[in-house]
Amino acid sequence: MSTNLTLKSYVKGVKVKINIPQKHLYFKMSLSGRNRSSILDKPLSKGKGEVSLSCFALLFSEVVQYCQNKSQTVPELQNRLHDLGKRIGVKLIDLYFVRERAGKREIKLLNILLFVKSTLWKALFGKEADKLEHSNDDENTYYLMEKEPIVNRFISVPRDKSSLNCAVLIAGIVEAVLTGTGFPAKVTAHWHKGTTYMVKFEEAVVARDKNLEER
Amino acid sequence: MSRSSTRFDVKKVNSELVTLTYGALVAQMIKDMDNVDDVSKQLERLGYNMGIRLIEDFLAKTGTGRCLDLKDTADKIQSAFKMYLGIQPNVTNWSPSGDEFSFILDSNPLTELVELPDDIKTLKYCNVICGAIRGALEMVQLDVQSWIIQDQLKGDQNTEIRVKFIRRLEDAMPAGED
Repeated sequence: MSTNLTLKSYVKGVKVKINIPQKHLYFKMSLSGRNRSSILDKPLSKGKGEVSLSCFALLFSEVVQYCQNKSQTVPELQNRLHDLGKRIGVKLIDLYFVRERAGKREIKLLNILLFVKSTLWKALFGKEADKLEHSNDDENTYYLMEKEPIVNRFISVPRDKSSLNCAVLIAGIVEAVLTGTGFPAKVTAHWHKGTTYMVKFEEAVVARDKNLEER
Repeated sequence: MSRSSTRFDVKKVNSELVTLTYGALVAQMIKDMDNVDDVSKQLERLGYNMGIRLIEDFLAKTGTGRCLDLKDTADKIQSAFKMYLGIQPNVTNWSPSGDEFSFILDSNPLTELVELPDDIKTLKYCNVICGAIRGALEMVQLDVQSWIIQDQLKGDQNTEIRVKFIRRLEDAMPAGED
């Protein structure tokens, strides 16, 4: 398997010989018997695969337990879940923009928020987020509301940890998606009308968006 | 919520949510622990914890009875794969004595979008499934061992999970109960 591929090509009438080592011929690798093709050689899945909710619920419960074992306090636990969410979020950006938007990103604040509320939520949780609101007091702040996040469905919060909302994982996802697409923000989860995610953009983001509108 | 209404509906979630959540957890574990083998072990434990609770869900939803032999058990686990992960692995490679067999998975929602970097090639990424099988069977008095023989993430054609029957556990009263 060490044969090189030789191509003869003509550049401006001059014959040029090009030697391509076997290792650069990825198409040949994927055709060979052993499945050594890299993940990028495979077509992107449609993302319609499904697994049972029980499976996810138990997995998430293990996730929370793992984070809890590693942390002493509720805020620490929330931070860990938030960080995990961010790991998920950065991976979703490319996946969803390539799959749902043919690689085209958003440049307007409202559009990216709608992308999160509709496209992302629908792909990830099978339905849109319930509500998106703009804060009355602070123009940098938006609220995304969801009555019953899927991660909270089977979680009963102990009384001494009543401030814990495991949907911070989802807040982490949203934060990573917004920040990663050029809209740096802090996203937190709160118990309010179900769960409310508070999205607080950096001031520069809102200022830039205004500039964009004026043009 | 009445019992009858929730009995048979197997609700589904998008598999990528599970893939990525699991992936994020594994990545975090690798960051937290230096030793890849420890992560593999922890993943098996994690699967075990899930298995001991999944079996109850499985029994409640399918209303299935006792297994007559290990072949029967293998078929039941096969249907559990279908129910929980949406895949249908083949049951093959029975040992001559009939106490060992394999599940061959040609696709696996857990490993979609996943690539193992070269420096952690020894990680048993799917150990959670082995753990879940062990945990679930322990709850129905079967002591088994389960491990991965082939792994698509390491370049094999399929993922093969081996299950070996060890012994039947005797019914023991849990401590503190009569």
